[in-house]
Amino acid sequence: MDYSLKFKVFKELFIDQEMWKDVIYTGLVNTLLISVIGLFIGIIIGTLIATVKVMPKYKRLPRILDKICTVYVGFFRGTPLVVQLLIAYYVLWPLMGITISALLTCIIVFGLNSGAYVSEIMRGGILSVDPGQTEAGRALGLSYASTMIQIVIPQAIKNILPTLGNEFIALIKDTSVASFVAARDLCKTFTEIGNVRYEFFVPYLAMALVYIILVLIISAGIKAMERSLRKSDKKH
Amino acid sequence: MIKSIKLEKSFGTNHVLKGIDTTINDGEKVVVIGPSGSGKSTFLRCLNCMEDPTSGSIIFNGVDIADMSVDINIHRRKMGMVFQQFNLFNNKTVLENIMLAPVSLAIKDNGGLFCPVAKKNQIKEEAKENALKLLERIGLSDKADAYPYSLSGGQKQRIAIVRALAMNPEVLLFDEPTSALDPEMVGEVLSLIKELASTGITMVIVTHEMGFAREVADRVLFMDKGIIEEEGTPEEIFGNPKSPRLKDFLGKVL
Ligand SMILES: Nc1ncnc2c1ncn2[C@@H]1O[C@H](COP(=O)(O)OP(=O)(O)OP(=O)(O)O)[C@@H](O)[C@H]1O
Ligand SMILES: [Mg+2]
Repeated sequence: MDYSLKFKVFKELFIDQEMWKDVIYTGLVNTLLISVIGLFIGIIIGTLIATVKVMPKYKRLPRILDKICTVYVGFFRGTPLVVQLLIAYYVLWPLMGITISALLTCIIVFGLNSGAYVSEIMRGGILSVDPGQTEAGRALGLSYASTMIQIVIPQAIKNILPTLGNEFIALIKDTSVASFVAARDLCKTFTEIGNVRYEFFVPYLAMALVYIILVLIISAGIKAMERSLRKSDKKH
Repeated sequence: MIKSIKLEKSFGTNHVLKGIDTTINDGEKVVVIGPSGSGKSTFLRCLNCMEDPTSGSIIFNGVDIADMSVDINIHRRKMGMVFQQFNLFNNKTVLENIMLAPVSLAIKDNGGLFCPVAKKNQIKEEAKENALKLLERIGLSDKADAYPYSLSGGQKQRIAIVRALAMNPEVLLFDEPTSALDPEMVGEVLSLIKELASTGITMVIVTHEMGFAREVADRVLFMDKGIIEEEGTPEEIFGNPKSPRLKDFLGKVL
């Protein structure tokens, strides 16, 4: 095999024919869109589920909500992400008679999926907050919801920020399945370069490099965050 | 003001309160003493339904708040509670700690999310003014923007007390307010409580500080094994105890 030829082909397509623009402006942007918005949706859903999970269960409504959340988490953790994506795009949307773009489908499914994982992380975060904080809020006459929103959840999120960072990394890596529904993420745009001459060796090598760089940057961000959190924790 | 009728509380099979009947009158200072595990904290926490009574009633201003269909949050606004572990909100500054409940509850009463901005600002201004006044009263104005982690235990507890006061409660419930403090800080907290007592507010205080109990109480309840074993004025309880268990208890703590 002539590797130098493979690199030449890649350079020709990537630089000379400016396919790097696809990779950066479409692939990278979509990958980040799916993972960032997905994580954002995941945090909101995860927080709601975690709140239901830790809620006192005297009344009927919390018990029903709890059941629903258990089914939700069970489904999204119990089936592969790709399957969820395919079902949404090829089964659910047609059944509902709606058209949703592949990109938006990815964002929605990644958000719903990550909600299931974040809910477990968030539950741990909420349980790590001193129960005295909730008691003080409730004793002042604040409702359960108000106490959670103003007191407990901000402290819980602070406690789990590093873990959420890891969830973000997992999401970024998972976006590589977006092309199953024809969304153009990083993986897809590199594949397109390969498809031009049926030369995949260098494009996929370059792709791995881009993912690694992304993950390294985020890991560094998490480390910095952990350090600054630890600093403020010392004073506690 | 608060009437506890046939109050019982069990945690699983642990029958902690076995029928407490007592009335806390307007302006009265009631001090609860008793051995560890006798149910003092549980009794106090039942008074504002932080623990739901297993049976019996808590009548507060004519309403049975032990009834699960009552909106307890409305009544808790009028019952301040001070905890052994202070429980200041860690994510809020001192000023925010004091303002939080008055502001969010006033906003809730004025339409919640639909509360007009002007009204919101007015609520916040008033709460802030009041909070600063309270801080001045306890000599901690310079700590307004500090976070709880930077405060001493005594400072935390005094702030927790004015946080409760900021809701203008009709009664204050204290659960061993000085037990988690270093000895040199007990005095500052007790003198604040004594000062408040002299304003005529109703108080229920669980404490192991017998000297303080004798000084501040109108009536002392001695609890043992989930019942009020003996009650009376401080003179009666400390000067002329009748029940052998109370004599035994006082013998150990005095
Ligand atoms: N949340 C709870 N769950 C289960 N058991 C509890 C709970 N709270 C209190 N108990 C039990 O109730 C009993 C009485 O506890 P309580 O805290 O009321 O006693 P106390 O008189 O305040 O004691 P201390 O002086 O040590 O504070 C104890 O046996 C305790 O283990
Ligand atoms: Mg106690």
